[in-house]
Order: sequence, then C-alpha cells, then structure tokens
Amino acid sequence: MKNEYDIIVVGAGPAGSMAARFAAEQGVSVLMLEKDRDVGYPVRCGEAISKAGVEEFIPSDDKWIAAKISKFSFNAPDGSEAIVDFGDAGYVLERRIFDYELARTAAEAGAEIVTRAYVNGLLFNDGKVSGVKYELNGEQKEVTAKVVIAADGVESRVGRWAGLETHIDFRDMESAVQITAANIPVNQDTLYFYFGKDVAPNGYFWVFPKGHNKANIGLGVSGLIGKKKSALSFLDDFMNKHYPNAPVLTKIAGGVPCSITLDKISAPGIMLVGDAARQVNPLSGGGIASGMIGGKIAGTIAGQAIKQNKLEHILTYDKAWKDRLGKRHETFNRIKEGIYNFSDDKFNSIAHSVLKIPIEKRTLGKVFTTALINNPSLLVDIAKVFVV
Amino acid sequence: MNYRQAKTGKLMIEILPDKCDFCGCCVGVCPEDAIELKEAEIFVIDPRCTNCAKCVWSCPIEVIKFNKNGVPV
Repeated sequence: MKNEYDIIVVGAGPAGSMAARFAAEQGVSVLMLEKDRDVGYPVRCGEAISKAGVEEFIPSDDKWIAAKISKFSFNAPDGSEAIVDFGDAGYVLERRIFDYELARTAAEAGAEIVTRAYVNGLLFNDGKVSGVKYELNGEQKEVTAKVVIAADGVESRVGRWAGLETHIDFRDMESAVQITAANIPVNQDTLYFYFGKDVAPNGYFWVFPKGHNKANIGLGVSGLIGKKKSALSFLDDFMNKHYPNAPVLTKIAGGVPCSITLDKISAPGIMLVGDAARQVNPLSGGGIASGMIGGKIAGTIAGQAIKQNKLEHILTYDKAWKDRLGKRHETFNRIKEGIYNFSDDKFNSIAHSVLKIPIEKRTLGKVFTTALINNPSLLVDIAKVFVV
Repeated sequence: MNYRQAKTGKLMIEILPDKCDFCGCCVGVCPEDAIELKEAEIFVIDPRCTNCAKCVWSCPIEVIKFNKNGVPV
C-alpha cells in the first residue's frame, strides 16, 4: 500500500466496486477502503435486481443467484392477490457472494482493496479534496489522491465533509428491517409485495424467495411513520400473523434513501456514488443496479480526468448521471408521490381492477396505469418508464 | 447528577449500543453530522447534537431513545 493514489474509493459495495473497477481499467492507481471486515457483509438489502441490471456488469452466475424470478405478486389489504408475469427477467441475489465478485472484478482491473479501514476525515489542499484520513488497526493514517469517490452508503458523511449537502430528510429515509427465514413455502419464482396501512404504510412489505423455501422478508418505513411505530414492530406483526414458527437465520436493520439524486454529486476532488449520492430508484427502493451504473460513470470519468490531466473533467459527472438515470429517477419519484399515501380501500379497488385484466395481458405499466387512471399527468410518466 | 451536554443544552439522545445493529440510518438523517459510526461502535458527538430527534424517528429497531431528563455522564 502506497501513501498516494490517483483515486481513493470509500466503501466497497456495488457502487464503490464499480467505480474502482472502471477507474482502474484505465490504468490509473486506485485504492478502495472498506469500513467493515468483510466486503459484502452484513447484507442490508432486499437483494432483488433485474437480470439486465446485473449483466451490464458481470455475467450471471449461479453461485450468487438465490432465486430466478419471473413474477410479481401484489397483495392488497383485503387479501386480493394480483400476479404479473414478466418472463425470465430477475434475480434475488446472495449479496454476500455477489459483492465479493464485484470487488474481485475491481481487483482484477488493478484496484487495491483494504478492509477494516475506517475513513474519518478528508484532507484538503487549496480548498480542494486531496485525500482521506482513516483508522486501520487502531492507528490513524492519511493517504492522498487526486480524486476521492465517496461510496459510503446511506451515511454519506464523506460528501458532507467535502461541503456537499448530503444529509437525507428523515421523511425520505426508509428505515428498514429484514430477516432471512427458513420454511417459508412461497413460489420460488415470485417476488411478493404487500400493501396497506397495517402492513407497510407509505411503502411495501416484501417477501423475496431465496431458494429451498428460504426468504428475505422485510420492510422500510419513512421517519414520519417511524415516529409512531418502528419497522421492527411492523415486521414482528407480519411474522406473527403469517409465519409465527419460521426459523430466523438472520435479522438485520438497514436504511434506503428513497429520494431523487442529490442536487450536486461532484465538486473539486470529490464524487459521490450509490446510496451516498441517493442514486436509488425512489419508486422501488432498488439501488444495486443504479448504484453500479453511478459507480461506472464516476469511475470512468475520474479515470479519464486523471489520464488527461484535466481534473475539472470530473464535474461533468453530474450531467452524465442525470442523462443516464437521474431524470428517469425523477419520473419514478413523481409516480411514487402519486401512490404512496393511497388508502387501503384504494389498494383493494386497484387489485380488483387489475384482476379483471387477463394474466397474459398484465404488465407493470398496466398495473400503474390502473392505479393512477385519474391522474393524467402521471400516465405520461408511466408511459416513459414502463411498457404499457 | 452530571449530564452530557449537547449543543442546545442537556443531551437527550441516548443510543443503546448493545442493541444497535450499526445500520447507519441515524447517521444519514442527522443534520449535524453528530453521530460517529464504526464497524460495531456508535456514539453521539455531544457538542454537535441539537436533540432534534430525527435519529430517534429513523431508527428501524428502536435503539435510540429520547430521554427527556437528559443522559447522565
């Protein structure tokens, strides 16, 4: 390990690993620092992703695919279940293996990786970020870089130290708790979503199969709901009702920042990627694929900036992200705002309407169109992001 | 009794580290960057805290308490 790198990436989740990889592939020196002792663990995630979202980055591999998904099941408060079949298009991952493999691709491209390295401050030179301070094995150290890429997740402290506004409104924070349980006899090719004020107000409760009747089960609740009732309490209620005797293999908390991307995700010497930049699809709460895309764009631009010795080039990242996904996330956010506070009666009536559509004609686009039929401006947004 | 002192007076935010899962929700919503979180260690940085309670509302597993009487040293 050196005292100086072209690029330092803080955090070795999917966004950090892709930033490190796409930067290193251009022949610049890259160091990725991870706070935890393990890349990919603990897993704080529902683990569902589209096949296309994965395969832009890594060929599908059964060793990190827990289940192959072809159906969504939407469950209304009155028990109505509407299934949407979308073909062979998704996975539930084993993130603890998947994240390892992503980090491996970064390492193969030439990035160095150090775990248990806790970044606790930034170095500045002439008002510009020029490296990080970190703690390793109880010792305080420093390492300099031309560009720091912050992939430090929902906490997003590195960005604030650089002067960017990164703290998330508590109403947009989906504070989540999840378990992996055994003996959950659901279809192993279906993602189950449950709606309603008693189950998951202003969001959804998920049951995602993980093979052999294991399932990733959980929910997130906004801080507005959390004021009155915690995610843990909702989870306990659901399990007591549906699976009171299911053995729980893991139980863990996590947070999903469900908002549009931050106004500013780069500044001299610093770029933000993944959850730290709020690159999460605000409608689904999915952030693996979009974080990897953010990481790829940032890593590529940072590598180019260094090779061309034009560090100001990193400031083009904001627009590049916006054009690839940022604007699309704004559309998803408008759709979310149209539906997030529907009443239980409304969810029931949507389910009843969707059930009247023959299953071979049901698409996600049709489901959202049914939900928002009285909101013409959002129908335009739905047409932008879904096949209707 | 001596109490820990926040930016706005007596510190009222109390994190129960033995029950914490170190997920980072509280850190993400803290407007003052007043929570330090390592791999398995968490604490409030007292002089930055304004007792706003956003961390309390955002904790998914109820390990942050608002202690009206103040947190003793």
